[in-house]
Amino acid sequence: MPEYQNVFTRVQVRGPAELGVPLSGNIWPRSGQTFVSYWLGKMGDAQIGPFYLGTSGLLSLICGFIAIEIIGLNMWASVNWSPIEFVRQLPWLALEPPSPEYGLRIPPLQDGGWWLMAGFFLTASILLWWLRMYRRSKALGMGTHIAWAFASAIWLYLVLGFIRPVMMGSWSEAVPFGIFPHLDWTAAFSIRYGNLYYNPFHMLSIVFLYGSVLLFAMHGATILAVTRYGGDREVEQIVDRGTASERAALFWRWTMGFNASMESIHRWAWWFAVLCPLTGGIGILLTGTVVDNWFLWGVKHGLVPEYPQVFPAVADPALSMGESMGESP
Amino acid sequence: MMNLRAARATRGCRALPVVLLALVLAACERPPNEVAQQGFRGTGMLEVVNPRLREEALAGITIPDPLPPVPPSGTTAGEVYQNVQVLGDLDLAEFTRFMVAITEWVSPEEGCNYCHNPADLADDNIYTKIVSRRMIEMTRHINAAWTDHVGATGVTCYTCHQGEIVPAEMWWAADPGSRRTRGLTAGTAGQNLPAVNAGLTSLPADPFTPYLLGNTDIRVHTMQALPDGTPLPATKQTEETYALMMHISDALGVNCTYCHNSQHFASWEGNSPNRVTAWHAINMTRALNTEYLEPLATELPPERRGPSGDAPKANCTTCHRGLNKPLNGANMLQYHPELIGND
Repeated sequence: MPEYQNVFTRVQVRGPAELGVPLSGNIWPRSGQTFVSYWLGKMGDAQIGPFYLGTSGLLSLICGFIAIEIIGLNMWASVNWSPIEFVRQLPWLALEPPSPEYGLRIPPLQDGGWWLMAGFFLTASILLWWLRMYRRSKALGMGTHIAWAFASAIWLYLVLGFIRPVMMGSWSEAVPFGIFPHLDWTAAFSIRYGNLYYNPFHMLSIVFLYGSVLLFAMHGATILAVTRYGGDREVEQIVDRGTASERAALFWRWTMGFNASMESIHRWAWWFAVLCPLTGGIGILLTGTVVDNWFLWGVKHGLVPEYPQVFPAVADPALSMGESMGESP
Repeated sequence: MMNLRAARATRGCRALPVVLLALVLAACERPPNEVAQQGFRGTGMLEVVNPRLREEALAGITIPDPLPPVPPSGTTAGEVYQNVQVLGDLDLAEFTRFMVAITEWVSPEEGCNYCHNPADLADDNIYTKIVSRRMIEMTRHINAAWTDHVGATGVTCYTCHQGEIVPAEMWWAADPGSRRTRGLTAGTAGQNLPAVNAGLTSLPADPFTPYLLGNTDIRVHTMQALPDGTPLPATKQTEETYALMMHISDALGVNCTYCHNSQHFASWEGNSPNRVTAWHAINMTRALNTEYLEPLATELPPERRGPSGDAPKANCTTCHRGLNKPLNGANMLQYHPELIGND
C-alpha cells in the first residue's frame, strides 16, 4: 500500500522502459534511450526519456540559444568580460531596450539593436515551442489544452514586449531582459501610470493568480487526502464515483457548502491559470495607450475611496513657487 | 557505502536551498523593522525604520560641546584683520570663537594652518582658504534662504564635515574612461549594474547629475486619466526619478510613505508634510551644487577633484547619513548666530 502522507513521492516504478504508444506520421524518430533517476523520481517520474526533438523543437532551441547568447554576451560585456563579475552581478545585468528617441525605428546595435534582435529570436523560439506543444498533443491524439494555456502566457509576453510598444510608438516602452532590471521596470511602470493597483484588469489578474494558487493547494491536498480510498484515480472517478470522491465532495460541502466535481476542478484550475496572464495582458495593453493614470481613472469612475485627512493638508509647493525655481522637482 | 553517499547527497540537498536563499537575499536589508502607523488605518501609511541601521547611523555621529560664549571686544574682525571678506563686521571676539569652532569642526588635526598661512593670515594663496570662505558664505545662505528645508535647526560646517576636512559623503561625476567594453556591445543606458546610489537596485546609477546638478524634470505623471496625444514621459524616465527617490530613502533611512501617500505618489493630498520639506531639499541641493560647489572645481587641486575633474558635490547623504534629521536634529546653529546670513 503506497504511503501518500509525505512531502516527496514514495512510489517509484522500476521495470522495462515505457516507450509510449505507437504513433504514425512521425517525421522524426523518438530517441529510444531512457534512463532512471532516483532523485528526479522523488519529484516526478523516475524514467527520463524517450525524447522527441522534431523540426519545431530543434528550431526553437536554436532560436532560444541565439537569444540567450545575445542577452548573455551583452551582459558579460557590460562587466568588461570578467567571469567573476558576471556571476557576481548577474542579477543586476540586463540587455536594455532602445532609447525613446528611436521610436519604432531600428536602432544602432549598441543602443537597442541587440535588444530588438534578442527579442526577435526569443519570440521565434517561444512561438516554435508553442507549435511543438500543439503538434505533439495532436500526434498523441490528445486535446490541445496545454498549448492554449501556454498561448495565454505568450499573449502577456507579446503585449509587454511587442504589441504595447508598437501601439505606444516606441520600443523603449518594452521590458529589459534582466533579473532585477525587469522588476525595477515593473515598479517604475506602475508608478508612471499612476499605480497599477487601480487597473481593474490588474485586479482580475491578481485574483486569478492567487486563485490559481488556492485552487492548486485545495485540489492537491484533497486528492492526497483521499488516495487511501483510491482518490488518486481521479479521472476514473469522474464517471464512476467512488468513496474517495464522495468523502472529498462531502468534506468541501461540510466546510464551505459547495464542491467542485472530479471533472470540474480541472476546468477551474485551467481557466484560473489561463485567465491570469490573459487579463493581465489586457491590463498592460490598456496602460498608456487608453489610460494614462489609473489612479485618476479610478477617481473619475468612483473606484478610489476617500480617506479622512490625518496629516495637515499640504499643497504642491511648485504651484506657489512659480517659475523662479526652474523645473519643479 | 551506499548509505553514506545517500546521506551526503541528502545533506547537500538540504544545504542547497539555504545557499540559494542566501544568494537571493544578499542585496536585501536584514530585518527586523519597526513599523509605525502614521496615516489613516488600512491605507499602508506606515513609517518603516530598521532600528539596527538607525543605531549604526546614530553611533556614527558625535555632537561637540558648544564653545563657551565670549564677552564682546568692541571692535569688529574687519577692523583688526585684513582681507576679511565674510564676517568682517562680526565682533572680533565672536570671530575668533568662530575660527576656533570651524577648526574643531573641519580640521581638528590639521589646525589653523590647514587654511591659513601662519606668517600672514590674510594670504589667499592656500586653496582651502578660498574654499572655506565660500563654504561659510554657503552656510550663511542656507540658514537665511533655505529655512523651508533646514528650519530653525539650520546647519553649521559640522553638519556635513563632522570633524573631517572633506565631508565623508560627497559625489562626483562618473569616470568618463569607463571600464566597460565599448564598440558594438549594448550600452547599459546608465543602469543595470548594482547602483550604490540607488539603494543597490539596477536603476540608473547616477541620479545626481540630472536632478541635483541639472534641472531635469523629476515629475513623470501627467495628472490626467486619459492620454490626450501629447508626448508623455516614458517608463525609462520614471526609472531615473525612481533612482533619485531610492537615494533619498537610503540617505534618510526612511521608506516611501515617509513623504508620499500610498495611493498615488504624484498627488499631494494625503501626504505627510515631510514631502514639502523634501521638495525644498531637492531645490536647495541643486542650487548649492550649481552656485557654490561645482564652481569651486577651478580652485581645487587635482586630488580633490573627481575622475572627470569636477568638484565634490552634495547629495542627501552629505548631511543626513541615514537619519531623517542630520545629527539627529541637534541644533548647533543656536550657538553660532553669525552663520545666519542676510539672504
